[in-house]
Amino acid sequence: MNIPGYNGKILEVDLSRGKDRLIELDEETAYKFIGGRGLAAYILWKELGHKWEQVDPLGPENLLLFLTGPLTGYYPGVKLAVSGKSPQTNGVVGSVVSSELAIELRAAGYDGLIVKGASKDHVYIYIEGEKVEVRSAEHLWGLRGRETFQKLFSEVWGELKKKNLAHVGLTKEPSFVYIGPAGENMVRTAAVMAKLTHAAGYGGYGAVMGSKKLKAVVAKGFGPMPPAKHPEWVKLLIREAWNRLNQNIFWKQWGTSSGGYEVANLTSSEPIRNWQEEWHDARTMGVNNYEAHWVKRYWGDYGCPSTCMKISRLIGGKYNGAVTDGPDYELQAYLGPNLGVFEPRGNIYLSSLADDLGLCGIQTGNVAGFAAELCEKGILTREEVGFDLKWGDTEAFARLLEAIAYRKGIGDILAEGVARAADKLSKQKGQDLSRYAVHVKGIGIGAHGARSGKDFPQAFTYAVGVQGGDHTSPPRLPVEKAWGEFTAAFEDSAVICSFNAVDDLPYQFLKAITGWEISSAKWFREHARRIVSLQRVLLLLGGPDLYWNPRIHDDNPPRFYEPLPSGPFKGRAVDRTELEKQKKEYFDYLGWDQYGIPRDETLRELGIGELSEATRRIRNRLKLE
Amino acid sequence: MSRQPIFILRDPLKCSGCRLCEVACSLKHEGTVWPEASRIRVFEFFPGVDVPHLCTQCRDYPCVKACKYSALRVDDSTGAVLVDEEKCTGCGDCVRACPGKVMRLHPKTRKALVCDLCGGEPECVKACQEAGYGALRVVPYRSVSFKIYSTLPEAVAQRLYETMYGGEK
Repeated sequence: MNIPGYNGKILEVDLSRGKDRLIELDEETAYKFIGGRGLAAYILWKELGHKWEQVDPLGPENLLLFLTGPLTGYYPGVKLAVSGKSPQTNGVVGSVVSSELAIELRAAGYDGLIVKGASKDHVYIYIEGEKVEVRSAEHLWGLRGRETFQKLFSEVWGELKKKNLAHVGLTKEPSFVYIGPAGENMVRTAAVMAKLTHAAGYGGYGAVMGSKKLKAVVAKGFGPMPPAKHPEWVKLLIREAWNRLNQNIFWKQWGTSSGGYEVANLTSSEPIRNWQEEWHDARTMGVNNYEAHWVKRYWGDYGCPSTCMKISRLIGGKYNGAVTDGPDYELQAYLGPNLGVFEPRGNIYLSSLADDLGLCGIQTGNVAGFAAELCEKGILTREEVGFDLKWGDTEAFARLLEAIAYRKGIGDILAEGVARAADKLSKQKGQDLSRYAVHVKGIGIGAHGARSGKDFPQAFTYAVGVQGGDHTSPPRLPVEKAWGEFTAAFEDSAVICSFNAVDDLPYQFLKAITGWEISSAKWFREHARRIVSLQRVLLLLGGPDLYWNPRIHDDNPPRFYEPLPSGPFKGRAVDRTELEKQKKEYFDYLGWDQYGIPRDETLRELGIGELSEATRRIRNRLKLE
Repeated sequence: MSRQPIFILRDPLKCSGCRLCEVACSLKHEGTVWPEASRIRVFEFFPGVDVPHLCTQCRDYPCVKACKYSALRVDDSTGAVLVDEEKCTGCGDCVRACPGKVMRLHPKTRKALVCDLCGGEPECVKACQEAGYGALRVVPYRSVSFKIYSTLPEAVAQRLYETMYGGEK
């Protein structure tokens, strides 16, 4: 079908049967769900909705989606949306990563890739224009991130060169995403990795990829982005976006690396020693100190004027050779102060190690902090862990990361992610350990706390997010005025980078590319509500191992109610009455009932009336009405 | 307006890999975003090691010499290689003749594809300058030695890797 801005085709590869086919994308679906996260939620609902509670996210019946959006390639900066039934939340997370794979897929004539079933052998998927192959990955299986990258790169690049060099000339290099050992071992905190340091972390889709025995997805396309409705207007918009983004030199200059000091020191919202504190004054975490290790100040992905990524490399000493990005703020925090590590070398090394193992630095830093606090409190012993796990001991945490990635010893329990690990250990220890687990609905909270009230999260933000503790999709009020879950739904569905989403440019791009009249007001009232409601329903359906009860789980982690012990905002904690008030306002805006279940009339109004059947299932399980 | 031959000077150490140059090029020449049809390419064989790669207008013009159909000629004012699409048969002789493996065939039309220097005001350079990187800049042709630049991207990448990361892979 010919939809402006879309290829109108999604490639489906069935690994169980070794077959592929094209699925047509119709205009109504595209209009309603746009792409990326929204389209993923819809595809998952349509394919798996009737048996959602029984679908094991790590079983062959789950789908793994790599989707683009109509703005991908056109809007400055490139992103790829990875999704499926999440092994962390048992709902749907739109996990977005910087990868040129998105552009290559579009250039190859697809709007995305759906991976079905599970392979018997270790494989990777190779896409070159219309050619689609499922290839053996025996020689790659077991390799860490950097080795995987280099080996696979030289293999596919060598092949393209050999084929093309003598006739059409040197083509551009192909792009790919892959998993490390953590994904192979189905660690629930495993990420889908790209270019050594980029990760689709939230959601745990590295584990889903591992469960399908899929080591990598490679794509090379040769065509243009799918034709836009108004190409001349798009050209002007790209110029306009560049002009505006070029004026903002913050990302370019510092990336997010200034956060390591500032988020703690200025806004008291950085996780420290498993969130026991959120304030520090460690100047060692200052960005100038990190700059000393940067070998590259400006690093950007395709078409991005903001270039927020930095590359750090350690030369000499015991961590010689470690390469990672900045690290960006999230990994600065989670593999730094959250583990009591306050010096850049240790932090850069742990970040590089997490990347190499294919672990999500946020989720793994979170569960590692949880384990260390249990050790501190004497709940976990040295014998159980196998070594001393003390705050600030970089080597010990490196051992722990390895243990998690390979599911060795205590790592096997921690590899389940903080929510499931806390459940398991609570049973083992005969005491409730959930107060040490800083997550919401299976997802460790992003490194922006809510207690000081000085950072962006509000009292209810993490409690009701459809992506759990994901800090990149934070519900905020007032809905229509704030950057938050509704704008994130746009960015993740049109598949662009939120750092580049300035003013109303994204909506203008959408109109120029697709021809659809979707203003920001319409987006908020209609499209975002539709996508968020759909995600909410799938999240509450949950299963098979964990189910969420809104009366219990629409809440912050217990730690957020403990007063901050230090810093200028000492004594502050999240206010429960505030939380309830905000929750109600948010649910009312969305047209959800007091439990946050979308009302039947809301679903009908949003054109997803068929979900009423699912909300009935939720009510039955929760014994409501 | 009379012009003197120009050269696009590239400094891979300043290249961020953002590829605004590629977008600018394909917007100008193809009217859309088309990575594979961009006349300038930034190769990234290892994350962070970014190599801008484009025509160096060799003064002995091996591509022009190799063309049996007179489809290639040199722009008198800028020094750029210009393609006559009517005459080009897509035989690939110019591709094979290019010492830096810059010359290609267009992914759709299969005609020779090479930087035309935008008539003297290259869009890629503008994009790079406006974004503040300055990895590309226009200089008079006589100030450079083309032989230094007509190099395979892998060779540049290897040296760059050693400079940035200290050599070991």
